[in-house]
Amino acid sequence: MSTIGYKDWAVDLAEVGAIYPFQGWEVAMTVVGVLFWLGWHRIQFVRENEHLEKARKMGDPEKVKSALERY
Amino acid sequence: MDGNLNALTTVFTEFYYWVTVVFMFLIHVGFCMYEVGASRRRNHMHTLMKNIMIIPLVTVTFFFFGWWIYWAFPMFPFFGGLDHEAASANLPWSENMATNLGDRITGVFWAAFLLFSWTAASIVSGSVIERIRSSALWVHAVLIGSVFWIIDAAWGWHYGGWMVQYLGYHDAYASGVIHAIAGGYALGVIMVLGPRIGKFAEDGTPRDIPPHNPWLLTIGIFLIYTGFWGFYAACNVPAISPEAIGGQITGETWTATNIYLAPTSLSAITFNFLMSLSGGLMAAYVVSKGDAFWTFSGGLAGVITASAGNDLYHPIQAMIIAAIGVVLVYKLHYWVERKFKLDDAVGAVAVHGYAGFIGLVISGFVLWGAPSSPYEGYAAINPVGQFIGAIIMFFVLGFLPGYTVARMQSAAGVLRIPEEVELQGLDYAEHHAYEDAKADIIAADKAALQAKST
Repeated sequence: MSTIGYKDWAVDLAEVGAIYPFQGWEVAMTVVGVLFWLGWHRIQFVRENEHLEKARKMGDPEKVKSALERY
Repeated sequence: MDGNLNALTTVFTEFYYWVTVVFMFLIHVGFCMYEVGASRRRNHMHTLMKNIMIIPLVTVTFFFFGWWIYWAFPMFPFFGGLDHEAASANLPWSENMATNLGDRITGVFWAAFLLFSWTAASIVSGSVIERIRSSALWVHAVLIGSVFWIIDAAWGWHYGGWMVQYLGYHDAYASGVIHAIAGGYALGVIMVLGPRIGKFAEDGTPRDIPPHNPWLLTIGIFLIYTGFWGFYAACNVPAISPEAIGGQITGETWTATNIYLAPTSLSAITFNFLMSLSGGLMAAYVVSKGDAFWTFSGGLAGVITASAGNDLYHPIQAMIIAAIGVVLVYKLHYWVERKFKLDDAVGAVAVHGYAGFIGLVISGFVLWGAPSSPYEGYAAINPVGQFIGAIIMFFVLGFLPGYTVARMQSAAGVLRIPEEVELQGLDYAEHHAYEDAKADIIAADKAALQAKST
């Protein structure tokens, strides 16, 4: 058993193509990868929303003024 | 160099390694910037000097004995004696270790390994800032950079190393042989060294000690990424024929190989470097809730986690493995900090040590059964071999020597700076002299101006 399809390197490299593990599962891996990416956006949207809601109530007028002055 | 093809291959290989060495210099520049940015203003010059002097100290010791260890130790001491035949050409008095038109490769190959040595030492340097004596750190730098990491390289990062032959150990881009060992070593040192004053409240709650210059940290870590890319290329043999490898590969197709002379390609590792960097950044952003420094460090930890198998992984595997590693590393860092009251100033133990360890273990499963070498009779890659390898890297060659030497230094009173100096700042004397010199020259200028106007 070898996850990359080769148990040794007694081969002619001219006849070798893919050597990554779990060949045949590319579509499934892509689905997992895309879910990871979309999930990241979902989490980030929710978290930023919460953060901005909290942040809008935090401002001390004096500090805001000095931040504007500081540019 | 007989024949045009041989000449071209030799000169190409020589130039290839030379370019990687220049790229890898950026790792050290990045570490310096990161450490200085993370330290407080009163400790800048000391922090910078501590890391800069790693360069000459590790370089000369790596020339004197480090490089010899790599060639002498592949089977020593458990499965054979020292390999004097291979090692003799790498002694400091050998003709190969000098200007020699008959050997155009040893110098650049030595330098590539040397830059890995600086990195190993520099990883330890980051975790101990603002309270270790430079003298103590520089001894550790020589030990990790020119002794312990290169022993692990001989055992597990050499085509004939015993770990490769008997355990099927596979660590193509050094999750273990650089990062796990250096993180383990740093852990051993900080356990003895203790935290910075103020790091923990009286009830044991850890305090964040913010960096004085976030931008310096940011540029520093981006430079480390850039240098790390060069490091990846340096871990490969760029072009070699099956005949020159001399293993089981048949036919006449040339290939790039990893350090074990097993086939891979520059294209493969470019895919995987970028996808593992991305997986690490994305996971670190989520798990740290958008903390800038953990996110940037998470990119690095992601690459380190995937590095053991990045010569063979599919890019999506590299991305997912990096993400898994980063989540575990982040959680472990804070658990260890709270539980054992350890002050790892830049998160080096986590980003390098834990990520390297986890990366080795994961690769044992994902690459299970793949050949570890192009030579006959070697064990295949397997989970048990990778786990034992991770223990050897992190604990046996990393943690144990770091802890033991730090204990000796502590007993001799030469490990930690005095409390008064820690509070006033390591640069206090230099600052004082600088301010005095400034006041002196301003007074002189004013006197000259007044004399001219009267």
